[in-house]
Amino acid sequence: METELDQPQTTEAKSQDDRKVVLSVRDLTVGFGNNLVLDKLNLDIYRGEILGFVGASGTGKSVLMRTVLRLLPQRSGTIEILGVDYATADDEQRVALDTRLGVLFQHGALFSALTVKENIQLPMREYLDLPQSLMDELAYLKLEMVGLPPDAGDKYPSELSGGMIKRAALARALALDPDLVFLDEPTSGLDPIGAADFDALIARLRDTLGLTVYMVTHDLDSLFSVCDRIAVLGQKRVLVEGTLKDMFAFDDPWVQSYFRGKRARSVVTNEQPAHRQVEK
Amino acid sequence: MATKSAEIKAENAPDGGERYVLTGEWRNHSIGKTLKEFEQLEKAEGQGRLEIDLSGIEGIDTAGAWLVRRLMSAKAHQGREAVLTGVGGTVQELIDVMPEEAPVPPPAGADRRPLFEKAFTPLGRMMVDLGGDFYAAMHILGSAVRGAQLKFGRGSGVSPASVVTHIDRMGVRAVPIIVLMSFLIGAIIAQQGAFQLRYFGAEIFVVDLVGILQLREIGVLLTSIMIAGRSGSAITAEIGSMKMREEIDALTVIGLNPIGVLIFPRLVALTVALPLLTIIANFSALYGAAVVAYTYSGITFDTYLSRLHEAVDHSSVAAGMIKAPFMALVIGIVAAVEGMKVGGSAESLGSHVTASVVKAIFAVIALDAFFAVFYSAIDF
Repeated sequence: METELDQPQTTEAKSQDDRKVVLSVRDLTVGFGNNLVLDKLNLDIYRGEILGFVGASGTGKSVLMRTVLRLLPQRSGTIEILGVDYATADDEQRVALDTRLGVLFQHGALFSALTVKENIQLPMREYLDLPQSLMDELAYLKLEMVGLPPDAGDKYPSELSGGMIKRAALARALALDPDLVFLDEPTSGLDPIGAADFDALIARLRDTLGLTVYMVTHDLDSLFSVCDRIAVLGQKRVLVEGTLKDMFAFDDPWVQSYFRGKRARSVVTNEQPAHRQVEK
Repeated sequence: MATKSAEIKAENAPDGGERYVLTGEWRNHSIGKTLKEFEQLEKAEGQGRLEIDLSGIEGIDTAGAWLVRRLMSAKAHQGREAVLTGVGGTVQELIDVMPEEAPVPPPAGADRRPLFEKAFTPLGRMMVDLGGDFYAAMHILGSAVRGAQLKFGRGSGVSPASVVTHIDRMGVRAVPIIVLMSFLIGAIIAQQGAFQLRYFGAEIFVVDLVGILQLREIGVLLTSIMIAGRSGSAITAEIGSMKMREEIDALTVIGLNPIGVLIFPRLVALTVALPLLTIIANFSALYGAAVVAYTYSGITFDTYLSRLHEAVDHSSVAAGMIKAPFMALVIGIVAAVEGMKVGGSAESLGSHVTASVVKAIFAVIALDAFFAVFYSAIDF
């Protein structure tokens, strides 16, 4: 079965099929009891882009992400990740798919009984057939990539600060070199400088590793500086997706107040057209 | 999944040097098999310029890029020039971001202490910890007595509602299990006693045996052990998870004494509940013994009661009951000390709950032994 999973994902491929759909959600309906949270939702994410996902609290951003990750059941609709529909895939494809997704949970979700290094190596141990020495090197490599010092590897999550936990959790999400990374509010709880660093880090990783990033965020700075496209969730579906310009043009009271509010304006006026130049 | 595994081939280059040709997928799941071959080539001595040809690779990720980088560094250490050929922009970029050396921290130095020191360090540490625990226990006892307010406040020391809630949780809800356990214990002691005393034709003295043993020792001891396991662990888990979520710190900042607010009601509740539970346990055990005495030895309830009346006096009851509040206090304080020691992780919560139960049971038994010595010294 020739799916996209079978094809080598060289970073070179990025430019050739720039508009290749990595995640495609069609007519997704999710509900609890009588309450529909998502109703016939459609969404596409293209290879190599950073999609920022916003929406008022309670509109189902987390529900959508958790449904895509199959942590919540769906009522109807299809979710295709990297060309594979999990519902119809066989076991081998499911395992292959699992190794190509990385998730950064909002609070890190590092395993508190393991050191940071062991956290990063856990998926490697499970899926890869590599000697311990190489796994150590790779784990420390990931730590360096996310900007943590090597001595953080032997620490336990409880000994790390909030920002370090996010970085360590990102290192674990990147452990298997996934194609698609889900970030749940990656910059929440970080100071503005730390948040800007984290945004730059994500942009840099996207450029070097060819990642596709699905980012749920409320951080206007991240949306403006690092996201290629923005999707707004509301009224149980994706209200609008597109660039920042599309957001400004879209006529919806919530979207208008979100992107044209006082806080947003101050970000926009100060914003340099930055993200593509970050650390290149 | 049809992935081509990574392959590496060494060949001679036309300019006299060597050329390594890499083909296939150099990704984390496909490099495992080639690794040995790769590492041999990495160590191999060679002459002249080395060309690493990547034009045949079909995919590369950080693991593959790191290996290429490591290969180049290894050759550079051998004093050879290594160049990459056939790489596209992004692959080159990926390899370029890899550090030249693995950022692995140097292994910790070997333990160079003399054997004597190595052997006795854990013992010393244990003693210091024990001392620390004792101080912490005294601190908790003192702070608990001091009440709920750290600063000037108008509130009273203890909230009665909280104490009553805890009496309900630690006392009333423990009644069924205490009744069942004591009934069985009483029955077992009576049965064993009856069988042994039968040889002497003194079966009636099984009443003395059960009465004195249960009232003086077993009743309070087993009830305490049960409560140490049931409520001590609960106290440690509650206090510990509050510590983890900074609730303790929040109380301090608001100006309340966390020990007074959280631990004092629990200590009071335990000190009230445990003696009451002991009384229930004693009744239950004596009833269990009566049932067994009747079925195995034909001792009627009337005989049993009149014999019990002669065998047991107030001092036997008092000897047991006096111990109960002390046991409760020890259980509560040990549980609170362990709860306050919980650190940030779920694992630490688990280990401290375990330690709390183990230490509380040990302390209860040690205290019981101490009382036994004390009673015999004063002829009680």
